[in-house]
Amino acid sequence: MRSRRKVEASPAEKAGRWADERFGPSGPMRNLLNKVFPDNWSFMLGEVALYSFIILLISGTYLTFFFDTSMTEVKYHGHYTPLDDVTMSRAYSSTLKLSFDVRGGLIIRQIHHWAALLFVAAMIVHMMRIFFTGAFRKPRETNWLIGSTLLLLGILEGFLGYSLPDDLMSGTGLRIAFSIILSIPVVGTWLAYAIFDGTFPGTEIIGRFYIVHVLLIPGIILALISVHLALVVKQKHTQFPGPGRTERNVIGERILPTYAAKAGGFFALVFGVLAVLGGLTQINPVWLWGPYTPSQVGAGSQPDFYMLFAEGSMRLFPSYETHFPGYTISSIFWPAVVLPGVLFTLILIYPFLEARLTRDRASHHLLQRPRDVPVRTALGAMALTFWVVLVASGSNDIISFKFAISLNATTWIGRILLILAPPIAYAITYRVCLGLQMHDREVLEHGIETGIIRRLPSGEFIEIHQPLGPVDDHGHGVLQYAGAPVPKKMNGFGDLGRKALGFFTPVEQTPANGHDRDGHGGEDKAKELTGGRR
Amino acid sequence: MTEPTRTRRGVLPRLRQPGSRFGRRLRGGVSLLIALGIVGSIYAAFAPSGSAAPAKGEALDVQIGQGIFDQTCISCHGANLQGVPGRGPSLIGVGQAAAYFQLRTGRMPLTQQGAQADRKPTLFTETQIEQIAAYVQAHGHGPQVPNGSLSGGSVSDGGELFRLNCASCHNLVGKGGALSGGKYAPALDRASDREIYAAMLSGPENMPVFGDNQITPQEKKAIIAYIQGIRAEADPGGSGLGRLGPVPETLVVWLVGIGALLLIIFWIGAKT
Repeated sequence: MRSRRKVEASPAEKAGRWADERFGPSGPMRNLLNKVFPDNWSFMLGEVALYSFIILLISGTYLTFFFDTSMTEVKYHGHYTPLDDVTMSRAYSSTLKLSFDVRGGLIIRQIHHWAALLFVAAMIVHMMRIFFTGAFRKPRETNWLIGSTLLLLGILEGFLGYSLPDDLMSGTGLRIAFSIILSIPVVGTWLAYAIFDGTFPGTEIIGRFYIVHVLLIPGIILALISVHLALVVKQKHTQFPGPGRTERNVIGERILPTYAAKAGGFFALVFGVLAVLGGLTQINPVWLWGPYTPSQVGAGSQPDFYMLFAEGSMRLFPSYETHFPGYTISSIFWPAVVLPGVLFTLILIYPFLEARLTRDRASHHLLQRPRDVPVRTALGAMALTFWVVLVASGSNDIISFKFAISLNATTWIGRILLILAPPIAYAITYRVCLGLQMHDREVLEHGIETGIIRRLPSGEFIEIHQPLGPVDDHGHGVLQYAGAPVPKKMNGFGDLGRKALGFFTPVEQTPANGHDRDGHGGEDKAKELTGGRR
Repeated sequence: MTEPTRTRRGVLPRLRQPGSRFGRRLRGGVSLLIALGIVGSIYAAFAPSGSAAPAKGEALDVQIGQGIFDQTCISCHGANLQGVPGRGPSLIGVGQAAAYFQLRTGRMPLTQQGAQADRKPTLFTETQIEQIAAYVQAHGHGPQVPNGSLSGGSVSDGGELFRLNCASCHNLVGKGGALSGGKYAPALDRASDREIYAAMLSGPENMPVFGDNQITPQEKKAIIAYIQGIRAEADPGGSGLGRLGPVPETLVVWLVGIGALLLIIFWIGAKT
């Protein structure tokens, strides 16, 4: 190959020229490929969601080959004998066939389900990163809205997929969903009957959910992801404050080859984790749950985790029916429709709310460390605490049973914690942020504690502090805090520069002589690190 | 007492004399005895022979059972099974099934009063349990666990019956579940055929009684076949995660899935 290339153009080169002469992609492609992405571990969280989604598309396509959406009742006569001769829908029997008779069917189904859980979980973690670092601020509010919509769609898509096998566990969830829709004032009955084509369970719902699950919502998600990523390219990725990083530049790696190689490898790793989960841990064993019949119900019927917050909200809310003259609003309306509605509205409008309250209308491309915005960080901790209490309360029967606590007690613990825990989380987080801020300032002013104790002639013991930079006449550091990490230990001195590569052990010599990869001297770097924001 | 007619005719004619209180009592007593005798012999003819006239060995069992009862159970259930207010209920008429279940699963003797008794290692041997149960059965009778195989029939029918009658408390695969006020339906992981049968017959703790007119003995055996079958069944998809559904899956996706990927992310982050 190598010797031939010297003589004539390689096939790739020929193909490239062929394409360029006809479609002219080299101009825009050069631009795109020269895009630079900043480097931080937390910027990879969204990628997990993206890769999970790609795996969902691929594995889901395989499942559609074998899944039958019909709710026609059949008698099962397959390989799974404990359900032999049991009446069930074709949807359920085809899921059994998919699991027991189709080659690779079970592992693909399990990978698909784990990928669905990971998709939503990764979106939540990614959203936490965006929130806590202030990446949603102007000009990126649109992408926050798109991201929040994606989370909502992901939850809906997951619920639809969970309902498709028509098993006793998911059918119970569907029954709850029907009741929740019924509880919506005025339109509820019409809506529920329209969606289910009559009363529950009807004969249509699986087929309808199927087409929404495999076509409509994935299409919308795919389109929104494209816009989401296009906006990241257009608006450029945010970066953490650090040496040479300003509001006007982006420091990082080009898409080709470093970033692409990294992303490709990371995709393989995400797929690997999902394959291990799908191969080693059983998820949603529908054959154990049995086919759905409205007359049957099982203890411990739960939705997947992304719906547990709504389940918890319904379990905690007291049964308050609201009576108007001639009209009653069911108690389930408040915890199952109003509360999630309020939560998602708050999520959607948060960027605008914050901009209005802080009167900050400027564009921001540099991220903030969570400690530097204690109110926002504490609000986030408060929201997360609220959510975790709801999720745990959605599982409170299993918690009660496994830990031998009264179910009534866990319900009341959930109710009390839902009110008390978020403010406590707020107060603690706020204080921790302030403490961390103060420590940063203290180190900048007095230097790093060296651990060396010196005894003065007067008998006084003092600890020697290593200043981070130049000091004034009183020996106080003159460096100002610039939103970047401040080294707190002597061996963390080089933290802002390039670290020695390696995970468990360094795989190279630490650039100790002050020369990093870009050839900057140590002193220059120190200035850059601590120079004020431009 | 000294009337000539009476001395002449003897005792029997005297009895026939109306108006004599003693005579009336004696006649009443004799006819009662005769009536009881007739009823008794009819009962003996129709009632199951075992319970009506205990065989010698069974009588011995009852006797030994009473001995154990009087040593270990009497403080709460009282002498002659009549119960002690505030401590333990009367056991008259609960039957052999109830006694067998409570003793075999170690729930009795009770450690402490509470919402519900927990399963624990039993204090008695199988023979002793049967002896105490025989003593309980001998006083007021009640449901009895039949002998012989208690598992059989169609597993899938058993599954349908289980999901219809049992799953709402015991979970879809018998993994147990919480009830109100600290009560719970236990997991059926360790229950033997005989224990499950006894539980259905006697309705221990918070469980309703499933008498033979509600679930026939044949159906009970099918349910047991399903419970034991599903328990022995391997999980084809890998680790079963306790077969508890989405809650353990939630833990796995966050701790294992997100956890592993965060480690990977740190690893990549440290490499670049």
